[in-house]
Amino acid sequence: MIGRHKHCIALEDFSREELLQVLDLAVSMKEVLRRPIKKVPSLRGKSVVNLFFEASTRTRSSFEIAAKVLSADALNWTSASSSVTKGETLIDTARNLEAMRPDVLVIRHSASGAPRLVAEHVGCSVVSAGDGAHEHPSQGLLDCFTVRERLGTLEGKTLAIVGDVSHSRVARSDLHAFPKLGARVRLCGPPTMMPAGVERMGCTVHHDLRGALEGADAVIMLRIQHERIGDPLIPTTREYSKLWGLNAKKAADWLKPGALVLHPGPINRGVELAPEVADGPFSVILDQVENGVAVRMAILYLLAGGEPAEAKA
Amino acid sequence: MNASDIGEAVRRLAREVADRARTAGAADSLAIVGIRRGGVHLAARLRAELTRLLGHEPPVGTLDIALYRDDLSARGAAPVVGPTDIRFPVQGTTILLVDDVLYTGRTVRAALDELVDFGRPRRVWLAVLVDRGGRELPIAADFAGATLAVADGQDVQVKLREEGAAEDAVVVTGRKP
Repeated sequence: MIGRHKHCIALEDFSREELLQVLDLAVSMKEVLRRPIKKVPSLRGKSVVNLFFEASTRTRSSFEIAAKVLSADALNWTSASSSVTKGETLIDTARNLEAMRPDVLVIRHSASGAPRLVAEHVGCSVVSAGDGAHEHPSQGLLDCFTVRERLGTLEGKTLAIVGDVSHSRVARSDLHAFPKLGARVRLCGPPTMMPAGVERMGCTVHHDLRGALEGADAVIMLRIQHERIGDPLIPTTREYSKLWGLNAKKAADWLKPGALVLHPGPINRGVELAPEVADGPFSVILDQVENGVAVRMAILYLLAGGEPAEAKA
Repeated sequence: MNASDIGEAVRRLAREVADRARTAGAADSLAIVGIRRGGVHLAARLRAELTRLLGHEPPVGTLDIALYRDDLSARGAAPVVGPTDIRFPVQGTTILLVDDVLYTGRTVRAALDELVDFGRPRRVWLAVLVDRGGRELPIAADFAGATLAVADGQDVQVKLREEGAAEDAVVVTGRKP
């Protein structure tokens, strides 16, 4: 259980205390990852099924490693090689996998709400690994973890999220998490990619990159999805890059010293982020990947680890 | 046990450990590891005594055994996991494992499993402030500050100043069945 939750589907559902429970535990989990023997027996005999209806390398491997470091068995299931191609429905697939008695189902799906639907039909815990344009809770948590680890706290810090906010589940999870932990959020991107009324979520909207970056403690550059290009939303990658991309000159001129640059990956190098920035001193992108494993270990441990049967020494 | 009993017990434990370490030729390779949370402050006190007795400061670390417990059940909240902090190479050292109370032996079992994941110590000794009996595993303390006959169902609490207690004390609570 994470606080009162049996599932981890949306950070919108999580209170500040519940977010901190995961983040604080992830600090201990990161220590485990740095040990000579990166394995602890806490989830021995538990199993985690990764159910991916959408392509992913980072998130799926991250959940898989997290499960294995905790000694749980991990089974990876991808839709391309499955009965979904024969017309099996989502709920049938989930129920069939559940009959194999996993303790946690990790689901990625292109439809917003798919993990919640599955959670209503299975008995085990469900973790969303990203659903449509809804949320990507473990990514939101690892973003919080990374910024908190580097800056010491999120209290009073300013975070800028730049790019296609409308279609970004990462942005949505970040928007639900960072403000609860005391950070201010600025959104920045083309007006065509900014959801109407998003200010109601407690953030400010900027249509000028320089203004959004000025004084920010951390900036999350969102991935621009190729299918959006040529779409009326943005005419060309060159124009996008010029207006909303972060290159070395803009980073040097506009970012304050010690600011952090994050990206959920995979990066379109030279579009939203120039290689010199992605690999440069501001970047904490590889920290995010390592922290992602620690955060996912914390999620799996809290959902699949039970309470002690007795409390003797 | 009152504050002066505890002070005396810690000094005696340190003397016994120092003697045995010298006899075993382990005085230079001794390292102290406290089991969270009760063993951490005792480990620090033993280290201070041992530094005086051995003439050098043995390294100290902390183990949190939550991820190595054998009693996770399917219901309710998972146990809180605190930081484990071992910054010295475990390989070849003589480890003095420290806890406040030795009871079923399950915590020590978990601590041993966790410890060997950091390397292969030359040997491991166990020091506890109170051995209350009631073992469920074949585990014994090498050094015990006190041995108390405490019934199952009773609770032994070690209260130390480092944790905010007004003064050090060992208190047995609950009624004998």
